[in-house]
Amino acid sequence: MNITIVINGDERQLVCAPHETLMSVLRREGFYSVRFGSDTGETGAAAVLMDGRLVSSDVLLAAQADGHQIETVEGMAPPMSLHPIQEAFIATGAIQSGYSTPATILAAKELLGSHPDPSEAQIRDALSGILDRETGYLRPVLAVQRAAAALRGESLSDVEIAIVAPLTFEMDGIADPEQIPAVSPKVVPNPEVPDTKVVGHPEIKVDALKLAKGNPAFVDDIDMRHMLYAKVLYSPHAHARIVSIDDSKARALSGVKAVLHHQNVARVRYASGGQSYPNPLPYDQVSFDNKVRYVGDRVAAVAAETVEIAQEALRLIDVTYEVLPAVFDENEAIAEGAPVIHDEEGMEGAHDAGRNVVHQIHADVGDVESGFAEADEIFEQVFQVHQVQQAPIEPHISIAYWDSDERLVIRTSTQVPFHVRRMVAPLLDLPIKRIRIIKPRIGGGFGVKQEMLIEDIVGHLTIATGRPVRYELTREEEFVSSRTRHPQTITFRTGVNASGYLVAQDMKVVANTGAYGTHGLTVQLVSGLRGLSSYKSPNKRYHCEVVYTNLPVPGAYRGYGAPQALFALEAHMEDIAKALSIESLEFRRMNWTTEGDPLDVAPELGEGESDSGFVPVVTSCGIEECVAQGERSIGWQRRLDPEWQQPADRPHIRRGLGFAMCMHGSAIPGLDMASASIKINDDGSFNLLIGAADLGTGADTILGQIAAEVLGVPLDDILVYAADTDMTPFDTGAYASSTTYISGMAVKRAADAVRSQIVERAALLLDEGTGGIELRDRQAWSTDGRSVGLAEIALSSLHQAQQHQIMGTASYVSPESPPPYAAQFAEVEVDIETGQVTVKALVMAVDCGVAINPVTASGQVEGGMVQALGYGHCEEMAYDDEGRMVNPRFGPYWIYRADEMPRIDTYLVQTMEKSGPFGAKAIAEIPKDGVAPAIRNAIADATGARINAIPFTPERVWQALQTSS
Amino acid sequence: MTSLFTKVSPEPTTDAGVRRITVSINGNQHTVDVEPRLLLAHLIRQGLDLTGTHTGCDTTHCGACTVLFDGTPVKSCTMFAVQAEGHEITTVEGLATASELHPIQESFKDEHGLQCGFCTPGMMLTAKALLDENPDPTEDEVRWALSGNLCRCTGYQNIVKSVLAAAARLRSQGATDEEEGETS
Repeated sequence: MNITIVINGDERQLVCAPHETLMSVLRREGFYSVRFGSDTGETGAAAVLMDGRLVSSDVLLAAQADGHQIETVEGMAPPMSLHPIQEAFIATGAIQSGYSTPATILAAKELLGSHPDPSEAQIRDALSGILDRETGYLRPVLAVQRAAAALRGESLSDVEIAIVAPLTFEMDGIADPEQIPAVSPKVVPNPEVPDTKVVGHPEIKVDALKLAKGNPAFVDDIDMRHMLYAKVLYSPHAHARIVSIDDSKARALSGVKAVLHHQNVARVRYASGGQSYPNPLPYDQVSFDNKVRYVGDRVAAVAAETVEIAQEALRLIDVTYEVLPAVFDENEAIAEGAPVIHDEEGMEGAHDAGRNVVHQIHADVGDVESGFAEADEIFEQVFQVHQVQQAPIEPHISIAYWDSDERLVIRTSTQVPFHVRRMVAPLLDLPIKRIRIIKPRIGGGFGVKQEMLIEDIVGHLTIATGRPVRYELTREEEFVSSRTRHPQTITFRTGVNASGYLVAQDMKVVANTGAYGTHGLTVQLVSGLRGLSSYKSPNKRYHCEVVYTNLPVPGAYRGYGAPQALFALEAHMEDIAKALSIESLEFRRMNWTTEGDPLDVAPELGEGESDSGFVPVVTSCGIEECVAQGERSIGWQRRLDPEWQQPADRPHIRRGLGFAMCMHGSAIPGLDMASASIKINDDGSFNLLIGAADLGTGADTILGQIAAEVLGVPLDDILVYAADTDMTPFDTGAYASSTTYISGMAVKRAADAVRSQIVERAALLLDEGTGGIELRDRQAWSTDGRSVGLAEIALSSLHQAQQHQIMGTASYVSPESPPPYAAQFAEVEVDIETGQVTVKALVMAVDCGVAINPVTASGQVEGGMVQALGYGHCEEMAYDDEGRMVNPRFGPYWIYRADEMPRIDTYLVQTMEKSGPFGAKAIAEIPKDGVAPAIRNAIADATGARINAIPFTPERVWQALQTSS
Repeated sequence: MTSLFTKVSPEPTTDAGVRRITVSINGNQHTVDVEPRLLLAHLIRQGLDLTGTHTGCDTTHCGACTVLFDGTPVKSCTMFAVQAEGHEITTVEGLATASELHPIQESFKDEHGLQCGFCTPGMMLTAKALLDENPDPTEDEVRWALSGNLCRCTGYQNIVKSVLAAAARLRSQGATDEEEGETS
């Protein structure tokens, strides 16, 4: 049908199908800022303005827009310029992956059109239709406030860091937190940290412009000629054998170009977790199998001229199943007589496949039994943690095509481009050299994209058809058929002596890895490592069984086993403190691992050089200051006030505060490797090529800052390109909190190599020795104050004398993994009549060493805490008796909206970690660790109910209140 | 960009501004509505996305846009799409199969018959027309046949060698095919 839409002021005559959504037509017309998050309007990523009103274009037919005015962010500012709202989003650090930023900006535009001076509540209400999985909404709200001020004509100052006065030692800074502007990231200084020009400053993200303007940057934002669309037939049964597949009707459908399944795709065993070579066993997957092991498992894939034809073809594939008994609970799966999930021939590398045990992990430090023998008191508790999904707003998407050299290019939303290339090659029967993986801008990952998940499907289909093939998961498929967090049953048994010191820690875990092993081993290694590293104890034991079930597959999820372990550990420690009548912070303080302490369980539970027996020692620790800042911000003393705990005017409400201590790691020692390459351009700017994968985290920005610092130039002069297996050097990828620490060191070393070449050239031009030459302000300076510009150095070296390309390449692997620390506090209100928990505030003070960029580091904490809040409070994958997920949509799977947020407060407590780049440790994962236990302990503080399972739904809390009272 | 053509189903058109034509390209029938002024080269490149056919001059001089028109080499940049109504067109995409290069392509590859590669599709199609008619040309005949196709990179040396090699390859293939035909 023909429609006429005015898009950003231009009238367009368009041809569309009657069923086509406005989102589809706008994207087809090149308005790539309109983004797919779901086809139900629930994410708001596809929001546009229709006649000035915000609408979700994924649930509006294009035909309904006939005769209307549509506005997208492409219409907000011409090239080379920005709208004040876009400027405000950039300046405040409101953008992480940027996937939903265009929609958020349009929501702000609608609001500010009618409310030039909105209240915070009005802003949160206006943004509430657009889900954000990254920022915690804090900076987007600040951005709208700043944009409002700009549009009212008020003058704005730059966003600056607030230096907060330390509470545990003397140093200058703002003593009164009330004086700190909300937009300023709060940094507690450290006397050991030297002054730097670019590092440590709130630089604007290098990718902010393209993201604020909605420029084409993501996987799907390209035009491909002759592209086919893939769909995958997923299993309706939790456990079944495929007796037969008849694809003849599907193949006969006009427009269907390929139908693949176990009968026509080679059976190559693999493990899909994106990890270093060799991937941990077992290799328990094949592209298409003759058996399905969960509802949502792959059966067949189709490529067709349109999505609709592909969808119809799936309906025409006739599959006969022999349905088998299924098991979903990890404890039932290892019981006698449970169905065997991996009974296939050739299954190897699992600990005991006949019992569904994939891995058995055991680690000892000292002798835990003799520890218990000498303990004065022994405490034992069992904890249950459930299954949640990472839920990036951009689902998995891959586009494969043959390039002109007939090499297979896969443009894909991944955290691990180099692992994907190596892992997909044998499945496609292509040599690695014939495959190129391009990671463009990614709309969030949080671990779910640390996987070779759908790249084999598009690869197989492109090989079968010769044509480009695109496959994007629907939201339901993203929930069910991608990856999730491992459920666990955790038993902690702890022996304490009469003085309150730990003498034995025994941690047992039964972990549920669903139908496939993927990250089953390594996530559970981290659970043990994190569960037994926070506190000192001469005797420790970890025992874990990782178990197959017929659930959708857990994999990597930000935190990677630590959130599970720390929920149990911090609840357990809280209860022990209570039982011993020791103040809970003091009990932690007596026992926590701090500077100079060995990380004794690390060699037993490492992935890298675990055989070396090297016991790392904590070399930097800011936990004391973190606790002090957090205590002040949350108002820790309030919990001693009965009038605060039980407000007189609301008799059904109880208030409480909770604490959790967090300790994480920075990368996998001895294993994670990154590299970087830097070269100079004619004008003294630099190309920085890195294999590191920025998913919205700000990695490109902070790596650019590190290079700029070394080379004495502003960040503007560093052109960052990542990641592309043809163009950039190797990097293991974005996981294990490794990018700042490992990739950062690689960049620093590459920059050092370039710096020394620049100094040599400067010495030549300044006619002096290299000894005293310094780089700053785009110049090389001699000791006597003369200088030569980097542009002159570049031109000289490229064109004029003794010509060569000034460039450097370097790699980095670390023998250690220095722990970041954090103090997590939570404030809750519990309705004792209904069990409803309302989280009022989350405060996290983090020691991440030196934050390379305090705005992006704060953003990691703000957004990470909100994901962790969902984990503890409301998110849950729920199933029926047959193993079908009943809530695979953002409506019933509740993630926090802008208007539901608690107060969020973040402090970056500096320490100088000498092994890291400019003193940095990791920040990305630690915000996931402490929120659930802090809320749990706050509920206990408020009501006395000690709940050992998450999430804290009203039903669960109400039940607990009945038994505790 | 104004669209000069739309892909449609094969029903008669009522729009006087466009002409409906059916052209066979590399064996596939395409029914398209085109403006009468649309050049064949543009139909091939932009309408049908077959980008192996290049345009180098718009004036018939360079031959980069050469395609086979019922087996005869023509410059598609100076021919209207409507003139191709009912005819068979072969472009470079029609030479190779999914798994194998055409012997002429093999020879251009092996004998370094290309440098930048821009004129190569036109060269190969012209060579094909020559070899279809004359399986054993002399060097002079090859040079005469290619005289309508300009190359700025190779000095033609290796292009000529490629065509001669292709001729030999096709002849020996033909001989093998015949032998196989005899034995079977």
